[in-house]
Amino acid sequence: MSLLRTRGLRAFYGDFQALFDVDVDVADGETVAMIGANGAGKTTFLRAVMGALAAEPGMVVYDGHPIGGRSPHDIVRLGIAMVPEGRKLFPSLTVEENLLIGAYCRRPGHWNLERVFALFPMLAERRGIPADSLSGGQQQMAAIGRALMSNPRLLLCDELSLGLAPVAIKDIYACLAAIAAEGTTLVIVEQDIARALAASDRFYCIQEGRVALSGPADQVNRQAITTAYFGV
Amino acid sequence: MNWLSILVQGVLLGGLYALFAIGLSLSFGIMRLVNIAHGDLIVLSAFVALVVVNGLGMPPFASLAVVIPAMFAVGYALQRGLLNYTLGGSLLPPLLVTFGVSVIIQNLLLEGFGAHVRRLQAGAIETESIVLPSGLAVGVFPLLVFAIAIVAIASLQLLFFRTGLGRAFRAASDDATTAELMGVDNRHLYALAMAIAMVFTALAGVLFAIRTTFDPASGPIRLIFAFEAVIIGGLGSFWGTLVGGMVLGIAQAIGAALSPTWQILAGHIAFLIVLIVKPSGLFPRTRE
Amino acid sequence: MGGFEIERSTQASRAFAVFGVILVASLAALPYWGGPGDMRLVAEMAYYLALAQLWNLLAGYAGLVSVGQQAFVGLGAYALFFATAQLGIHPIVAVALSGVFAGLVSIPVAFVVFRLRGAYFAVGTWVVAEIFALSVSLVPVLGGGSGLSLTPAIVRQIAPDRAGRETIVYWLSLGICVVVFAVVYLMLRSRHGLALTAIRDSEPASASLGVDTFRTKLIIYVVTALCTGFVGALIFIWKLRLSPEAGFSVNDWTVVVIFMVVIGGIGTLEGPIVGMLVYFVLRELLADYGTWYLILLGTVAVVVMLRAQEGLWGLIARRFDLELFPVRRRLGRTEP
Repeated sequence: MSLLRTRGLRAFYGDFQALFDVDVDVADGETVAMIGANGAGKTTFLRAVMGALAAEPGMVVYDGHPIGGRSPHDIVRLGIAMVPEGRKLFPSLTVEENLLIGAYCRRPGHWNLERVFALFPMLAERRGIPADSLSGGQQQMAAIGRALMSNPRLLLCDELSLGLAPVAIKDIYACLAAIAAEGTTLVIVEQDIARALAASDRFYCIQEGRVALSGPADQVNRQAITTAYFGV
Repeated sequence: MNWLSILVQGVLLGGLYALFAIGLSLSFGIMRLVNIAHGDLIVLSAFVALVVVNGLGMPPFASLAVVIPAMFAVGYALQRGLLNYTLGGSLLPPLLVTFGVSVIIQNLLLEGFGAHVRRLQAGAIETESIVLPSGLAVGVFPLLVFAIAIVAIASLQLLFFRTGLGRAFRAASDDATTAELMGVDNRHLYALAMAIAMVFTALAGVLFAIRTTFDPASGPIRLIFAFEAVIIGGLGSFWGTLVGGMVLGIAQAIGAALSPTWQILAGHIAFLIVLIVKPSGLFPRTRE
Repeated sequence: MGGFEIERSTQASRAFAVFGVILVASLAALPYWGGPGDMRLVAEMAYYLALAQLWNLLAGYAGLVSVGQQAFVGLGAYALFFATAQLGIHPIVAVALSGVFAGLVSIPVAFVVFRLRGAYFAVGTWVVAEIFALSVSLVPVLGGGSGLSLTPAIVRQIAPDRAGRETIVYWLSLGICVVVFAVVYLMLRSRHGLALTAIRDSEPASASLGVDTFRTKLIIYVVTALCTGFVGALIFIWKLRLSPEAGFSVNDWTVVVIFMVVIGGIGTLEGPIVGMLVYFVLRELLADYGTWYLILLGTVAVVVMLRAQEGLWGLIARRFDLELFPVRRRLGRTEP
């Protein structure tokens, strides 16, 4: 059952076209990786799904309903949440307050402050301090926790490993696996190909705004990936 | 010159100026919007109170029960219907649109009420004073205004730091785009912020109208006082705005001992000095 | 094989230049074919146009939105009245000196107000104007709060008879308007103009490219203040009577000017002309309706800012791809 489906998705930054007729399917409960070079259009794709970029209603279909072009706060209410690139925690808020704001739309579900702290114990220890004094890895966990607080069915993760030490990345992907095991659908955007493919069921490779390659993550051809990634 | 008396008068005046300034501080802190029509909205509140007092025969303090909800609605509509559309781009649209709104409000008031000065009569409380142990006489009304200012700021602090709405305000102030991604509807949030700012503006308007005479052209100088209090106190801190108001009030009280012209000029000079010596204000908090 | 070259003028701008010369010449001859009422009106249009061009240079090109230019109008006027009454200087010479005075005062002012940004800069400039107005009202020799007048003795120095005086002051008005126009136009065509556009678009980016943003902004601010001082002195030669309220009036010298520039088209040289004309037409049409025309003006300005930020001229220019004052550099092909 397709939870998220995009058809002919086009996206523009002013006059510049960033996505060209992107068709993507994400089934309920799947983890899908989106890989590609810097500037290929991966973040643009996530932003279009989240409503941060204009799109026609029919271009993005969620749980059978066309949602293209709706505003981000509506889309969060429907059950899609984003872990933005660069974490984007709120510096004026404490760790706990950052998590609480994730629950602003009060969607029913089993994620709450206690469960998030259980998943990320080091956040519980630091709940009262300003969010920007955390380390990179801890900030990433806080950003994920914040997104979980809205009890999403679909979690969009943008460049989780960016700027993090390998140890931190390992921990984060372990948590992701736990989240996926609960039935949450994940779309993971990554530049770290190996990590992304290891964590996902299927993958799409984006190159210059187009889907260059897609398929099951465990049947990957090295050569095909390189060609699709770099377009050489 | 009785320095103690001047100091006390100045501090209490600071309470009124803090009330003037809170609305400005709120809208800048949350939406980065400097509302040039702010002073005129204070005066508008005073005129609404006048209509209520004359039309319904209520005493001025009781008129707050009507003026505050009315200005709350005006603030929400103004932000949601007009000012929201000026945000997000260059600084010219919000500046010039609020400038236009300022001129429109002033002239509509002039059309509706004429140019002569008005005053809200609150009765005996205007002239009553308490005598403190040291022999110093302090006006009851200024004391009341100062107390109201303290309560107002304390409740605003509570709202900002202990409620979900306050959390949303602070988050949107940090990063409006990401706040939207967390489910915050910025259009509604900004409108609510302006509405709350108008609550304090309404309060300030009614209190100031009891204390001083006003007319449709009284707005701009109130904007300047509010602005000076905010800059002296430092952007982003509500208690700082109170301090800023008090510094302004004290400077004006010193100047008033010389002449009415010196009263206002002394305030401007204090503002200039702070601008030259410590441009970020006495207690700055906002990250730019 | 054709090459590329940088072109400045277009067909329209060349045609307009010819039209402009004819227009200025006929206006200069107005004393001979028009009445005194006509001269006053055209002079008023001329000095408002000058103020509008100057405000536009500051706000539309340099991004310095000032709500305090009335400070320099008042300073120029007071300098004129002081120089003629107390120093015995000839009125016309005093006009020039008043501009210089305003320009000099603007230098320390700039150092203070440049500490503020954006809308705070705007209100800050307003406070500075208020400080000047209040300070002047405390000085008895400047007439204090009630103001002072240009005595008949001073006025007669311009010309012995009234008609002669009006003609000379009228030519002075036209002359200052043309000079201001030329100053603004040349500034925009110069390196400073290019620097300004860069600063307006992105101050950090232009600073990183080596544009001295502070110095450029300072130069523009001072030049604008100087010219505004000239115009201020001129305005009060017409009015003959000066008071702090009149000289430093935010309504007369800033509100109206801002509306003209915004409605006409901020950031273009043609915009203020259109805005000025619209203002005067509206004023004539709605003369009996007092405050309503200000309300209308305010509403139009709000609508323009929300819907058509480039103003009336911007709409026309975009529709017909016109540029009457060539400040942009276009890429053209040279003949092969």
